[in-house]
Parts: sequence; C-alpha cells; structure tokens
Amino acid sequence: MAKKPLIEFTDNGIYCPQGQFYIDPWKPVDDAVITHAHSDHARWGSKRYLAHRLSREVLLYRLGEISLETIEYGEKVYKNGVEISLFPAGHVIGSAQVRVEYKGEVWVISGDYKTEDDGVCAPFEPVRCHHFISESTFGMPVFQWKPQQQLFDDMNNWWRSNAANNVATVVVGYSLGKAQRILQNLDQSIGKVYTHGVIENTNEALRRNGIILNETHRITPETSKEEVRKGIILAPPSSVGTPWMRRFQPYSFGYCSGWMALRGAKRRRAADRGFVLSDHADWNGLISAIDATGCEKVYLTHGYTAPFARYLTEIGFDAHEVHTLFGDDEATNVAPQEEEIVEEVGGTA
Amino acid sequence: MKAFAQLFLSLDETNKTNEKVKVLKDYLNCVPDSDKMHMLALFTGRKPKRVINATQIRTWANVVTGIPVWLFEESYHIVGDLAETMALLLPQNTVSNSEKTLTDWIAELNTLGKKTEEERKLWLTDAWAILDTQERFVFNKLLTGSFRVGVSQNLVIKALADISGLDAATLTHRIMGNWMPETYSYEQLTQKGDASDDVSRPYPFFLAYPIQETSDKQKSADELKVTLGDAAEWQAEWKWDGIRAQMIKRDGQIFIWSRGEDLATEKFPELHPFLNALPDGTVIDGEILSFRDGAPLPFNILQTRIGRKNISKKILEESPVAVIAYDCLEYNGEDIRYKTQSERRVLLEELQQATPQSEIFRISALINFNSWDELATIRDQSRAMVAEGIMLKRKSATYQVGRRRGDWWKWKIDPLSVDAVMVYAQKGHGRRADLYTDYTFAVWDGDKLVPFAKAYSGLTDAEINKVDYFVKRNTLEKFGPVRTVKPELVFEIGFEGINRSTRHKSGIALRFPRILRWRHDKPKEEADTLENLRRLLGD
Repeated sequence: MAKKPLIEFTDNGIYCPQGQFYIDPWKPVDDAVITHAHSDHARWGSKRYLAHRLSREVLLYRLGEISLETIEYGEKVYKNGVEISLFPAGHVIGSAQVRVEYKGEVWVISGDYKTEDDGVCAPFEPVRCHHFISESTFGMPVFQWKPQQQLFDDMNNWWRSNAANNVATVVVGYSLGKAQRILQNLDQSIGKVYTHGVIENTNEALRRNGIILNETHRITPETSKEEVRKGIILAPPSSVGTPWMRRFQPYSFGYCSGWMALRGAKRRRAADRGFVLSDHADWNGLISAIDATGCEKVYLTHGYTAPFARYLTEIGFDAHEVHTLFGDDEATNVAPQEEEIVEEVGGTA
Repeated sequence: MKAFAQLFLSLDETNKTNEKVKVLKDYLNCVPDSDKMHMLALFTGRKPKRVINATQIRTWANVVTGIPVWLFEESYHIVGDLAETMALLLPQNTVSNSEKTLTDWIAELNTLGKKTEEERKLWLTDAWAILDTQERFVFNKLLTGSFRVGVSQNLVIKALADISGLDAATLTHRIMGNWMPETYSYEQLTQKGDASDDVSRPYPFFLAYPIQETSDKQKSADELKVTLGDAAEWQAEWKWDGIRAQMIKRDGQIFIWSRGEDLATEKFPELHPFLNALPDGTVIDGEILSFRDGAPLPFNILQTRIGRKNISKKILEESPVAVIAYDCLEYNGEDIRYKTQSERRVLLEELQQATPQSEIFRISALINFNSWDELATIRDQSRAMVAEGIMLKRKSATYQVGRRRGDWWKWKIDPLSVDAVMVYAQKGHGRRADLYTDYTFAVWDGDKLVPFAKAYSGLTDAEINKVDYFVKRNTLEKFGPVRTVKPELVFEIGFEGINRSTRHKSGIALRFPRILRWRHDKPKEEADTLENLRRLLGD
C-alpha cells in the first residue's frame, strides 16, 4: 500500500491527516494552524487556532473571541505524534512558516513571505525540508524589487516636497504589515504621522502585543485639515476615493504595492505615486528561498503558479502547481480586492 | 535622456490636466531646444524611423536576460508592452551612467542604418547596460516606435503656448504637416509672424462634436431645438463615411493630407488633375470616398486601398475615388478661416463650378429643411445615402481648431446591433495590461457558434474586472495569449456597417464593432444567428 502523504490538499485547505489539523483553512474546521493574520489566511469559524505569539492580538481583534493558542518561533507542539513548529516568514509581524514533521518526513508551508529584512518583523529564515509549499504571488521575472531603503528615501523626499507645497500626503497600504513597515521608516523629523482608524486599530492591537511602534495620531472627525497638511496620512486601500479621503484635499496620494512595478496596473490605480513596495518575495527571492530549503518537491500555491512551476522544473526542481483559495491563478486584480475585504472585516472607523 | 525618462514617469503619476501641463513645462524649461523639438515630434505621433526590427530587439534582449524564450513571452503577456517588458527583464541597473540627451540618442539611432548587424547589437546592449530601468523603458519606446503617453496634443500645445507666449491656434498650425525635429528648430516654431513658410503645411482640422453622447440617449427633434435653437441658423449635410482630407494647391504644387496628418498625395492619383487645375493658394476640406456611377460605395471598398504602398491599376479600377468637398480654408492665397460658414460655402461653390472635373471634385449637397422635425425624418434615410448621419454647421461659424462644442455637430444614426456570445478573450495592453479586455464574439449557425467580430471597448472598468474574473475561471483552452472561454456571456454588439468578406470565416465583416451593453438577462441560446446578420447585408 502506498504511503499516505503527510500533507494533502483538500477542499477545506491544506490538511495533515495524521495530525488532523489544517493550515490556513478556508472553511471552518476543528484545528487550524495560522501562518499570519491576513484575511485570506486567517478565516473565521474554526474551533481551535494555533499561531505565533505576535499574531495574537491582531487575530483576536479581527476574528473576535476565538480559542487561540500561541507559540514562539522554534517552539514545538505535538498533535497525534506530529511535530508542529513555526519559523519566521518575514511577511508581516507575527507571520510564520509552518514546519510539520512526522517520522522523519518534513514539510514546510510558507504562507506568504518575503526574503528582504524589513527591520520591522522577524526576517525570513530558510528551513530545510523534503516538501516545500511556497506562495508565488510575484513568480515572474518582471518582478524584481529594489532595496527598501531606496523606496523610503523616495517616499520621504516626496513627503518633504508635499509639506513644503502645503499639500497633504496620503500613503495607501495594507493595514497589517505595510502600514507598520512604512510607519517605522518614515522620517519623523518631517512631520507627524496620522492614521486611518482601521490602521490605528491594528497598530493598537500590535502595541498590546508588546510591539514598539513610532508615534501615530488617529484621525477623528475633530482632526483639522490644516493640522494634517504638514503630516503624512496612512490609509487603507478601501479608503481611496471616499469622502473620508477627499476631505484632505489638496493631497498627493501614493500607493504601495508590488503591482506598482507594472505601468498598466499603476495607471489603473491612478495614484500620484506608485511605490513598488511588497511584503512578498520577488522573483529572485522566491527562487533563492526555494533553493535554500533543499527540498525534493516544491508546491506552488498562489500567483503565477503555472509559468513559475514550469521554469522551476526546467532548472531542475520537482515543482507542482496547487490550486488554493489564497489568491487567484493570476492575482493582479485580486490582490487589491483581497486587501479591501480585510478592511471591511476590521472596519470600525 | 534622464529628463525625458522623468517626464514619462511624472506624466504617468497624475491624472490632473493642470498638473500634466506643469510637468510638460518643467520638462521644456530644463532641456535644450533640440530636445524640445524631439519631444514635440514624439508626442504628436512623429515616430522615429525603425532602424532595428522589433524581432531582433526582442531576441537580443532575451539573450541578455538569460531566461527562456517562453518565459520572456509570458512576461510580455503580463506586462502588455514590449518596451516595458524588456526594461523590467534586463538585469537591474539602479544607477544611470549616461549623460546623453534625447537628441544624442536619436542621432545615434539614426546612424544605425549604415551599421552592420553585429555593430547594432553591440550598440544596443551597451545602451541597455548604462541606462536605468525608467530610461531603458523610454529608450525601448524610441526603438520600437510606439509612443502612447496619455497626453493629448492639446496639452502639449498648451504648455508650449505658456512658455513661448504664442497662442495655441498658431502653434497647432505650425506643428501640422511634414517636419522633422532634425531640421525644424524651436526658434522657427516660436518665431513671430504667421505660419505660411511651408507651402505644404495644412491647417488644423475643425472637428465636430457628437450631439448625442451615447447611443442609449437619443436626441429628439425637440431637444435639438433646445440645444441648437432656430433651425434656420444651421446648414445640414450628410455625414460621409470616408477619409477626411485637406487638399492644398500652392506654388503649382499639390498636397493631400489625411486627418492623421499623413501626407497621402500619392495614394490618390485620380485627384491630381482637378487639384492641379485649382488656382494657386487654395485649400479645400472634404471627404475622400470610393465612387462608382455617381454614387458613394461603402467604406470597406475604400479600405482595400488604404495601407497599400503601390496603387495598382486593378485597385484604381475596383475602388475609384472622388472627393466630396465641404469647406474652403484658403482662397486666393488668403487664410479665410475667419469668414463665416456661409461665406466660405459661396467660395467653395465657385471653385467647384469652375472645375473641369466635376465627377471627381464633388460638393457636399446642402440638405433642405425647415424644422428639426423634418430633419429628423430625413436623417432616417442616412443608410440609403451611404452616410453615417447628418452634420450640422452653424451658418455664422468660423473654421476653428480641433474638436469644439458649439458650431459643428455630428448627428449619427443608431448603430446596427446583434446579441452575441463571447468565445475568446485576450489580454489588453497599456492601462489594460494583464486584464482580459479584448474579446471575440460569435453568433449561432445551427448549433455551432461562429466567430464574427472582435471588440475591445464599451465596457466600464468594473464590468471589465467582472469579465476578467469570469475568463480566468472559465478557460477551456489556451492558445498562446488567447483563451477559449466557456460560451456563456452575452453582449450586445453595435456596428456602423456590415459587408461581405472572403477573409472571415463568417463571411461578413463589420465596421466599428464595439460592445453596447452586457446582456445579463440573456442566456447564450438567445443570442442572434448568422442568418440574422446576413439579412442585414441587404440581399
């Protein structure tokens, strides 16, 4: 009888039959291991959740009262003899790769990850394994990121010139991850940092979790327009074009996303500035990460799975496409929508 | 080149007209005059000569990137622009090491014609190595000769007018016609005085505004009365469906310009005798159409001539052309655009009556009408007249520059339409890159769906996103960039005309097909049939 695989791809999500748990399931299950707190990975309705300690407060904020166990990176827990441990994915604060081991067979489920150290979350750590399940959101060679320092220099210069011209600066990015990464890299000497309620709620959850973030000022109906003119406003994608944003006119608005690498996507967004800032690995990052696992087989879950799998096969990997509900087969237009769904879940502002 | 690359980037980064003008002015103010003229040429559709063919450029770029050919192609489908794809795939170069100006680069480019293939390749790879990603992108645009910048000529003119102190109409006139940035200087462009230094130079075309914005909202005769006032103040003509052209006779020479500012003199030899017979200092505005036995032929007959390098005897026999003239812009060497429509009409009639070639030099007949109601009834005969509808011109109107509201209106007839099923989809380009926006539609022939038209426009961005979502989840087969889609979505396709075709499987060809609306209410079984379409052929 053929050996049953340690990890299966089922209608509910990625499943470990021996340990009877799922990783980032998209339907309610009994036991869910969560790589990170973004809405397409951490879904509502499961009985028990396991995640990294730094995901705790954000998960509770987003999913409400759930039964949640948290552990540190490298800490081991066992379910029916299967060893589960978490390793830094470098995607957002609290994000983890899930390492699953049983009888000497090791699988690693990457969740979302990036290989550049952003200085805010624990940097990505390659984990040796036999089977690696990797995301491939930006698995095409046209996606090659510049070092973040260069982007933040550009962003700070842009803010400085807006402030000098008495134009408000609005930066749009995902409320968990991008917002904190931007916040920690802004030049505080230029002015104050103002936040949309959704982002500030996430910041507060992270602060409750013991994360030290730079000073922010929540925007309320009382916040005066003149006051924010010299500052910078951090806003979620769902706020673009809303009356909430329009009241800061005149403003210059910058959009932060890996998709900004493409002129077409950038023009569709109609942002004044597009910053190619992503919390996902770029083409070279993906290949080096996959290579560093030393894996025998790699499974690609979302993004440009088909061409990326073909390329990996050509350069000697045993690569396979897997269909999941994390993203889409071609995610250009899904990424922004997906971000917006998250904002609705967390939306109280 | 840095400044030009920055110009591109800055223009992409704003949708505000005033901001775009400011960006253009910033550029014009910081570059040498020769760069100004090159930019002006590129932004007004004067492409540099293609010295290296696109396949070679693509092949060489592919070699430098070191990735497989198929992956290069896949990347191109995602990016939707070859110049950009190459810029992104070439090894990252974060620092630009070139001080060469736009003029320098174009000058080097123009010397390549005499070089060997090996020298061209070396020049190209060296250039890629010293330019940063954004510069590389505009450089590749120069090479591949496709400049679409999302900036209208009007904005460029406005920026230029602000800087030079000349008025926009004069500048628009001076950049018309045949000029090269290498020989036409910024000083010449902005000198005081009039623009009559070049005998071939056409005037900017006056373009009509559509009286109804969409085909959904028909304008009634009553609404016309409200919008346009007394019918007696207007002259009406048929709206002819041919090639808009300006014909010039000056200093014993003749020139025929199409609306796209292409010099087309040699393409229409039938028109030469009547033009040569005109007095010097005459400019006529009109429509070139195929004619037989005194009646205009449908546009597709004329289409067979367009784009041909050599006009053979056969073509001249099958698709003979004539002109329907409707305006006179220069008379006796004087620019008479300031005169009223009625005054210019008198002069045009005078010229036409004097022609020995009245079969070729025709005049657009005025339609007699006493009320808007009456004109609305006459308009219903447009198709029988092989016209697209009616043109309305205010009798007191001067001949203006560009598309303006107010004095010239086009009142087109409703498009023909059929309900069709989407069967193939392909990704778009530019702003629509990586989105399925280009569709092929089919109608029923028995129990089979026969493709008959492609359409790219007519849906809103939100609808495009929905169709894109559908395509990605309902792909049956992939052929390179084309996806065969599960036949399910039904759209109403509008078109201006229909003709028999031997080049299409369906046996028909449509003129200006576009999507009128998404028929969510119709199942695919209720789409139209090929028989219905054939009936529209009118036989």
